[in-house]
Amino acid sequence: MLKKRILISGNEAIAQGAIQAGCSFYAGYPITPQNELIAYMAKHMPKTNGVFIQAESELAAINMVYGASAAGARSMTSSSSPGISLKQEGISYIAGSQLPAVIVNIMRGGPGLGNIAPAQSDYFQATRGGGHGDYNLIVLAPGSVQEAYDLTQKGFELADKYRIPVMILGDGILGQMMEPIELSTEKIKTAIAKPWALCGCRGRKPNIIKSFFLREGALEVFNLKLQKQYETIKKKEALFEGLFLNDAKVVIVAYGTMARIAKSAISQLRLKGKKIGLIRPITLWPFPQAAFKAGNKKRKYLVVEMSYGQMLEDVKLIVNGRQRIEFLGRSGGGMPSEKEIINRINKII
Amino acid sequence: MEKIFTRPETLYDLSMHYCPGCGHGIAHRLVAEIVDELAIREKVIGIAPVGCAVVAYDYWNFDCSEAAHGRALAVATAIKRVHPQNIVFTYQGDGDLAAIGTNETIHAANRGENLTVIFINNAVYGMTGGQMAPTTLLGQKTSTCIEGREKEKHGYPLKISEMLALLPGVCFIERVSMHNPQWVLKTKQAIKQAFQNQIDNLGFSLVEILSPCPTYWGLNPKESLDWIRDVMQKEFPLGKIK
Amino acid sequence: MAKIIINSDKCKGCLLCVSFCPKGLIKKSPSLNKKGLNFVEFSLSADCIGCMQCAVICPDCCIEVYK
Repeated sequence: MLKKRILISGNEAIAQGAIQAGCSFYAGYPITPQNELIAYMAKHMPKTNGVFIQAESELAAINMVYGASAAGARSMTSSSSPGISLKQEGISYIAGSQLPAVIVNIMRGGPGLGNIAPAQSDYFQATRGGGHGDYNLIVLAPGSVQEAYDLTQKGFELADKYRIPVMILGDGILGQMMEPIELSTEKIKTAIAKPWALCGCRGRKPNIIKSFFLREGALEVFNLKLQKQYETIKKKEALFEGLFLNDAKVVIVAYGTMARIAKSAISQLRLKGKKIGLIRPITLWPFPQAAFKAGNKKRKYLVVEMSYGQMLEDVKLIVNGRQRIEFLGRSGGGMPSEKEIINRINKII
Repeated sequence: MEKIFTRPETLYDLSMHYCPGCGHGIAHRLVAEIVDELAIREKVIGIAPVGCAVVAYDYWNFDCSEAAHGRALAVATAIKRVHPQNIVFTYQGDGDLAAIGTNETIHAANRGENLTVIFINNAVYGMTGGQMAPTTLLGQKTSTCIEGREKEKHGYPLKISEMLALLPGVCFIERVSMHNPQWVLKTKQAIKQAFQNQIDNLGFSLVEILSPCPTYWGLNPKESLDWIRDVMQKEFPLGKIK
Repeated sequence: MAKIIINSDKCKGCLLCVSFCPKGLIKKSPSLNKKGLNFVEFSLSADCIGCMQCAVICPDCCIEVYK
């Protein structure tokens, strides 16, 4: 299998990954720091006969994704934090209608208009449904441009496999930075047949795409079906990267861009003989609980985020008081630096 | 003797949940009749609104989708772009199309999407208990304009059809009514034209149908039709707008 | 000569057909249907001209017309 190596930004790598996965419908609205993604789709989607629409709002875009997905197409939208807030109703509808979709959030500083610097402040929004109702999306957090390309493709596979929305959660740095990656030169994926999709009822009974169950008890039955599926996903799809977990006295827990900074800090600390490890969740939902099972009572965790403690809550839930957890976080566009991490580790150890 | 009028095949033989004298029952039947006459049942994809007709798909024998309130035209845009050979229509009320969904309505029309839109204008929000709609008439009383709509507080009834007619992407707009059997048949012709335009790839076609809501107008079914004839059509003139 | 058949179970008693029959051949029944509503009845008159106005205006598709 021939691979082609190119220098590309995270935003564009996600777009190219989507095209490689057979994404045939994209609707989006410009918002910094993901404008390169929509521009890439505008340029390249027509080449594969895909549909590109710059929608009138993020709200319209997510509802277009709902429609395209209902019609059986692999569909995607992208935005950044405030735009993702706008999409929440649409995402709830997508989850409630059991439609596959990929939603990209290149996080920026908030709340409100915030700024265009990177942040990880949408973790709660991503992993706790985000919109109304008891539902979840699979959340994938790439830590490099290569991973952004690869995980976007995986996102489409998971979305179709489970008929669930999937979020690719990046941040402004990942979106903007450029790294060399290996592109697949395999043929672009063709869409799988979806017997439930809307394409005209020739030869079959009509299909109805809906999330409305008015009859007594029907909605609860449907919700139980969703919950059962979420249990399956939790068992089968959790992913993480672990470094030095066999001997680590302090384990940093970080994802995305923050994990890269943590890795630099860990290299420096290891050179000084400090036994530091890393758990980098790659799926934020389902959260990789298995990563936290090992380790003796004396192990400590340092959760590092570009937020004031969102993933921290999931770590606390899993660890459940067995070990000590410390936290280092900055937000509003601030990023914990290598130096800050090292200083903090030195205090903890 | 020959049967000269019966339920269209595409309309399921079910009791509808609408109030006695509600216009939705007639409009649903007309859509089914047109789908049968144009023989497009296997190609049609309908998008239901949020409102009393949220379960319109329970009555039609073809592919349908729900949509979030107001977003039917965004959903329809996408479905049509993915399946241009299918006939895609939305069926929306006054809140869905001209309040919460105004942006999606204007932009789908402005893009000239090749869609058919059935716009049921009954000047009130029925599903949620009779609140003011964008098309509620001045002086008309609803649960959120108890003394009657006043231009100072609530603005004017919205003429969305006239506004959309300004857009070059729009090919056909007609306002019709169902206040007597003759007008029901004119409504049917307008709906047929709106579907035919899509089949002929002519662009965005919308039929605004003045429709009775006896329950929230506080009138009996016949009085409701008379109110459309005598009062509502003065504010919303009938005829071809584009 | 023409006639109509009314599905009295589906009828909601809106009485629109009564208003629009040009010959006044449809009347409100004193009985109630399964829904507890006063349905309408065709008077079985030979005066029916099969104009279909009743069927066209019926919101519940209760009426079939024969001619």
